[in-house]
Amino acid sequence: MEWIFGVINLENKGIIYRVSGPVVTVLNLDAKMNELVKVGQEGLFGEVIEIENEKTIIQVYEDTSLLKPGDEAITTGMPLSVELGPGLLGSIYDGVQRPLPELSNIMGEFIKRGAEAPGINREKKWEFFPSKKKGDKLSPGDVIGYVNENEYTKHLVMSPPNISGEIVEISEKGNYTVEEVLCKLHNGATIKMYQRWPVKVPRPFKEKMMPTVPLVTGKRIIDVLFPLAKGGTAAIPGPFGSGKTVTQQQLAKWSDTKVVVYIGCGERGNEMIDVLTEFPQLVDPVTGGPLMNRTVLIANTSNMPVAAREASIYTGITIAEYYRDMGYDVALMADSTSRWAEAMREISSRLEEMPGEEGYPAYLSSRLSSFYERAGRVITLGGKVGSVTVIGAVSPPGGDFSEPVVQNTLRITKTFWALDSNLSQKRHFPAINWLESYSLYYDTLKEWFEANISVDWDRVRSETMEILQKEAELQEIVQLVGADALPPDQQFLLEISRMLRETFLQQDSYHEVDEFHSLKRQFALLNAIIRFSRLGNNAIEKGYELEKILKLESRVDISKVRYRKDFESKITSINENMSKEFKQLLGEA
Amino acid sequence: MKEYKTITSVTGPLIFLEKTESIGYGEHVTITLPSGEVKRGQVLDTSWDKVVVQVFEGTRNIDKNTYVKFSGDVLRVPVSHNMLGRIFSGSGDPLDGGPKVIPEARLDINGLPINPYKRAPPHEFIQTGISAIDGMNSLIRGQKLPIFSGSGLPHNQLALQIARQATVLDCKESFAVIFVAMGITEEEAKYFINDFEKTGALERGIVFLNLASDPSIERLIVPRIALTTAEFLAFTYDMHLLVIMTDMTNYCEALREIGSAREEVPGRRGYPGYMYTDLASIYERAGRIQDKNGSVTQVPILTMPGDDITHPIPDLSGYITEGQIIVSRDLQRKGIYPPIDVLPSLSRLMSKGIGKGRTREDHKSVSDQLYAAYAEGKDLRGLVSIVGKESLSESDKLFLEFADAFEKKYVAQKTNENRKIEDSLDLAWEILSKLPEEKLLRVSDELIEKYMRRFKNAPNKTDEI
Repeated sequence: MEWIFGVINLENKGIIYRVSGPVVTVLNLDAKMNELVKVGQEGLFGEVIEIENEKTIIQVYEDTSLLKPGDEAITTGMPLSVELGPGLLGSIYDGVQRPLPELSNIMGEFIKRGAEAPGINREKKWEFFPSKKKGDKLSPGDVIGYVNENEYTKHLVMSPPNISGEIVEISEKGNYTVEEVLCKLHNGATIKMYQRWPVKVPRPFKEKMMPTVPLVTGKRIIDVLFPLAKGGTAAIPGPFGSGKTVTQQQLAKWSDTKVVVYIGCGERGNEMIDVLTEFPQLVDPVTGGPLMNRTVLIANTSNMPVAAREASIYTGITIAEYYRDMGYDVALMADSTSRWAEAMREISSRLEEMPGEEGYPAYLSSRLSSFYERAGRVITLGGKVGSVTVIGAVSPPGGDFSEPVVQNTLRITKTFWALDSNLSQKRHFPAINWLESYSLYYDTLKEWFEANISVDWDRVRSETMEILQKEAELQEIVQLVGADALPPDQQFLLEISRMLRETFLQQDSYHEVDEFHSLKRQFALLNAIIRFSRLGNNAIEKGYELEKILKLESRVDISKVRYRKDFESKITSINENMSKEFKQLLGEA
Repeated sequence: MKEYKTITSVTGPLIFLEKTESIGYGEHVTITLPSGEVKRGQVLDTSWDKVVVQVFEGTRNIDKNTYVKFSGDVLRVPVSHNMLGRIFSGSGDPLDGGPKVIPEARLDINGLPINPYKRAPPHEFIQTGISAIDGMNSLIRGQKLPIFSGSGLPHNQLALQIARQATVLDCKESFAVIFVAMGITEEEAKYFINDFEKTGALERGIVFLNLASDPSIERLIVPRIALTTAEFLAFTYDMHLLVIMTDMTNYCEALREIGSAREEVPGRRGYPGYMYTDLASIYERAGRIQDKNGSVTQVPILTMPGDDITHPIPDLSGYITEGQIIVSRDLQRKGIYPPIDVLPSLSRLMSKGIGKGRTREDHKSVSDQLYAAYAEGKDLRGLVSIVGKESLSESDKLFLEFADAFEKKYVAQKTNENRKIEDSLDLAWEILSKLPEEKLLRVSDELIEKYMRRFKNAPNKTDEI
């Protein structure tokens, strides 16, 4: 082994001792924890994850085939960081922020290893509009100007969280690349259009606020029954085929946020291309521009390197926090966090760590919670209000919600949309189970709904939940004795809950009108069903036949109104007709 | 080339060596036994002190006098257009008595991930001629759609029928079929090969055989060799490949064997924690690439141990593949072929490939309606077994009859029956027309008028709103 010892002990160089999949052990490397290291002749990037005596253990973000003991490893002096600046929106990156279009220019259709491509384009010029002048005092997070990232988004140029001082020089309005210094401070610090930030460190803010504003998604079951707050966290667990990805993509399309970060973490390549081809053609419900203009995609498909999968979640959330710091509402979709947890498990088992539950590392819980805790509605360093909402899909093995990833996720997230394969098999979408799901934000959001949509919001919602709950109880009896054996009022309740399920809870993602309903529409539809229920109950109490009530025209009309472009006028006429019909019915006998 | 005689231990399919020079991770290895027998392997772990090699052909007869030669490169397979019409072993050697392949290229069997940005979205509907698939779980070119089956079920017939009948509408070019056998019996293999020969599919196909009696570790490389070949033909020769892999369960068993031999921390049911990643490296090698004509479509077959869909093998597969076709024992017992249980089956890419201009405008709606109505009918069957048919309402009785008609008329067909997509859809309307019209919530009135009216004897007055 003498051939090796001749070259060691250089300051920032080490020698590879062992290669086992993505885990590489290096001897005598003077590196810090989480520092980025280049290994081998091709300079593959990796991150220090353990230091044990003279051994430094590195997880490599690329395929390690033919990497040898004896090859060099060189430290870079930086932790894994992302570049934050104009040009992020509309981009598609791999897990370590290499732009995929750029990679395909370098290496063609397949991803080979060892290529470097900066996350932010260095050549492109952006028109900078300064908003500060010489002599102004600058605190961390203060805005020095902006560029128009696209027609719809002002990208604020901010001083990084660790920089403050008095401006001695600031560039005038004009075109600059991201590398040009725009602002110099008295202490020698400089500000460019972009900044770097280590992905595993949450970006600082002044204060976290209570989440009191709903994130409107246009999905009736979510917005009315289990709403999510801006700055909140939600988990969507479900077995395969229950519609996690469709739900995530729908939320990415319809959420009323300024920016959407979509992380395809260990998922299918064909799904990512779906997003890529569809989003540029879809219209952003907030601005009216192409949806892609507000989206940042991070794609680590299931056959891309596993260590980069671990990084992709952090890359995504850091970008989300950066836009939050500009005072924007950001939604982050992570599909799927289970793959992320599995990547952790894989690395952990290569490190021969003592496994916790189901082979997952013992730190699974703390990693998950520190990730979700990066969500929030905050007052930024610059004094603006911004939010990051995190929606994580979970793919439990066998659809078993008692497994560690689901359980640890539920402990931290406040909204739980339980996907149910029984519903998806009936093609009931979104296949969110209304009995198992919950939202802990509803109580704080109630006031908002009552103030902004309808004073009856809470009453109608509770009545709905009650009907659905009662239905579940009745179904057990129906299973034993059949529906016909029930008294008329209970049979009527079953019919109403059927209406709720088929016309309200169910929503067609492929229908242009039905796929997005504004809160006002959602309420109007629900209110009509509940009103029919009340009037019907009244009629049954008075002894009128169930058959006659069910044959009413307004009932049939309600079931089809959700598809109508003229929803508003139609629902008004249905309500009028409903009053008329019941009057006739009661007057008739 | 470095050759060593420094084996220190042999466990299961693994050999451990010492005192080697620096060996690359994943290097391809040739092992020469004292008897002259040659085996092949791959480096799984490498350090200064120790190198771990997994031996594809099994470690039988390996001793400390065995020579191990490291190639300095990963395992590459020769690929060529001339491989069409040939039969190969699990490590890529000819089994049909023909000459060795003269390679046009030698490719790394692990392939490279397709840049997601360069993928082309799959949208070409493949007509398999099977109503349960075409109508309700359409296969799309570039998709990976596995068949989840159980032991003793006719998944092989089904796979063969798909291979025989699969065509893309308005496209004359047929599929080239690559058949990958992993640990199946010789009898099963013969069944496939005979059928291929009979129908002429073999001329445009390639067979890779790893039989039950062949070394299990070889199962880890067969699908990779086959997919490397498929990718080469698809993206160099613009061909459309249909890769049928059976049985993925045997593949996973081999993976578990290696994992336990390496004393890894096992995941669920003893399968390695990285099984998801490993399966993904196979399944994800399906798809289309922008500006290229060819495509790779995968139909892997796996038998669910104990018909349990939550078993790690079908479970992890289901999370990677774009849907699944589920073969059901209940339907099989009822004598229905193909016994496809449509309710838990799914094709994720279906909506991209169907509808106006691709199949027919009513495809999506009518399929949703079939699902909803069949699910309702099946629920009612449960109820009937408790309360009896008499206590059902008239409309419930119709749903019950619908469920039977659906299974017997729509799902069931002959092994050589090739139904056009239009016929499948019309058949769907025909059986739906027996249901009360106001219960058909998934189809619009216009579609009912256009496609279903002719199956109704007389139009129903109450439906005119």
